[in-house]
Amino acid sequence: MINTNDILETIHMINDENLDVRTVTMGISLLDCADEDPKKACKKIYNKITEKAKNLVPIVERISNEYGIPVVNKRISVTPISMLLASAKNANPVDYAIALDQAAKKVGVNFIGGFSALVHKGFSAGDQELIASIPEALSKTDFVCSSVNIGSTKSGINMDAVKMMGPIIKRAAELTKDNQCLGAAKLVVFCNAPEDNPFMAGAFHGVGEPDCVIHVGVSGPGAVRAALEKNAKGCRTDEVAELIKRTAFKITRMGQLVGTLAAESLGVPFGIVDLSLAPTPAIGDSVANILEEIGLESCGCCGTTAALAMLNDAVKKGGVMASNHVGGLSGAFIPVSEDDGMIKAVRKGSLTMEKLEAMTAVCSVGIDMVIIPGDTTDAVISALIADEAAIGMVNSKTTAVRVIPAIGKQIGDELDFGGLLGYAPVMPISTYSPEVFINRGGRLPSPLQALKN
Amino acid sequence: MRAVITVVGNDTVGILSKVSGICAEYGINVEDVTQSILQGVFAMIMIVDMSNCTVDIPALKESFEKAQKEMGVEIRLTRTEVFDAMHRI
Repeated sequence: MINTNDILETIHMINDENLDVRTVTMGISLLDCADEDPKKACKKIYNKITEKAKNLVPIVERISNEYGIPVVNKRISVTPISMLLASAKNANPVDYAIALDQAAKKVGVNFIGGFSALVHKGFSAGDQELIASIPEALSKTDFVCSSVNIGSTKSGINMDAVKMMGPIIKRAAELTKDNQCLGAAKLVVFCNAPEDNPFMAGAFHGVGEPDCVIHVGVSGPGAVRAALEKNAKGCRTDEVAELIKRTAFKITRMGQLVGTLAAESLGVPFGIVDLSLAPTPAIGDSVANILEEIGLESCGCCGTTAALAMLNDAVKKGGVMASNHVGGLSGAFIPVSEDDGMIKAVRKGSLTMEKLEAMTAVCSVGIDMVIIPGDTTDAVISALIADEAAIGMVNSKTTAVRVIPAIGKQIGDELDFGGLLGYAPVMPISTYSPEVFINRGGRLPSPLQALKN
Repeated sequence: MRAVITVVGNDTVGILSKVSGICAEYGINVEDVTQSILQGVFAMIMIVDMSNCTVDIPALKESFEKAQKEMGVEIRLTRTEVFDAMHRI
């Protein structure tokens, strides 16, 4: 017999604390769609995606209805498109992005990730062409997301790619300046990018993955915060960590259930559960609010990094036992514009760029959904990428940069993307020039941590 | 298929009759009912067997939504596997 309190706890988490499965993402390999003729390649891409994912949305919606679990997003990740460009000389990468966009619209998903290049050790055929086309591709499509991996613990940091990405991010914002600079919000620059990440904008389908696979990203900052609010009064820190673990376990088990059911119904293997706390702009569904519940006056004050480290670790420890296979980013997200508590902390001046950078050393992503002044120089953006990549490289973890230069706007102004992408004020960033360093190019050598064999 | 119907909101006359009426209409067998007041809010839990349910889930939910609006409560249908997954190791 199911315990009444357990039933009510679950219902309360779903109804009042925004507990949901954030995304069911189908990974699809496009390696068999490569063709010398770009038109044929695009047709193959469209056909394969629309065939493999034709039932994704209806099946996930049926599961959501039947089991009473909200599933917010249905998405697709594909093989990095630069790999397909390698065999099609003179192809226009934007055509490939348009094919992805049309396929996404046909099957009814709300994002498709994989307009990507992996250049952590250097460029191969198709990589530079794809990177150069990213701003145009993002401005001409609605649902395509792009990512570039510019570094790894094993290979070091490709500083030529770092130099390229500053102006690419700026251009992506400029080409979409009439639409809140949205292009830059769909572009992530990674170090140690995971190949099975179900979350956007950084999802792509790695080459070691099966032909088709289902990944699930769970969420639930609201449920964790509420559990602490109810039970953590007077608790010591280790007891707080225990409470977070218990809640993370429950959240992850729900994701595991949905992923297993979706994979079975779609007849494809189940890949991983991404144990993430993904906030939304909804009030209370905030990672910053969890940190404040732990005992900080405002997110960003001294103590934030330590509290976040504990939160991130407890989420993983609770989640890992609840799932057969854990992967993706797995940890707490700190996207500023997508987190009501972070937005408020930035507005009141308690959360700064420098503190965010420190926080990225102990949680799952990086400088994420941060809006910077539109006149920030290319070199400053590149150097921010280099800093984040260095944190990821040295700590053997994923880090990323998703900043949005607010074209024509200054500190104090705001951008509003709507929906889950949220809104946020423009944050100040150091304007001293790192140009000479960035212009050196070359490769930043991998650290000793890489030599594990 | 076994499921749990939860009704949360203000305690008003006829909630049980209304929800069990919908169940009867669609061939859903009510196996167990418990009611409690949780932090001042009325909560009713029905364990139901849906194996002979005559409508699909979206249509059933539509009926519940109608009842929700009439009675000012929140009605939710959740399969029992969700609670097993979340609360049992």
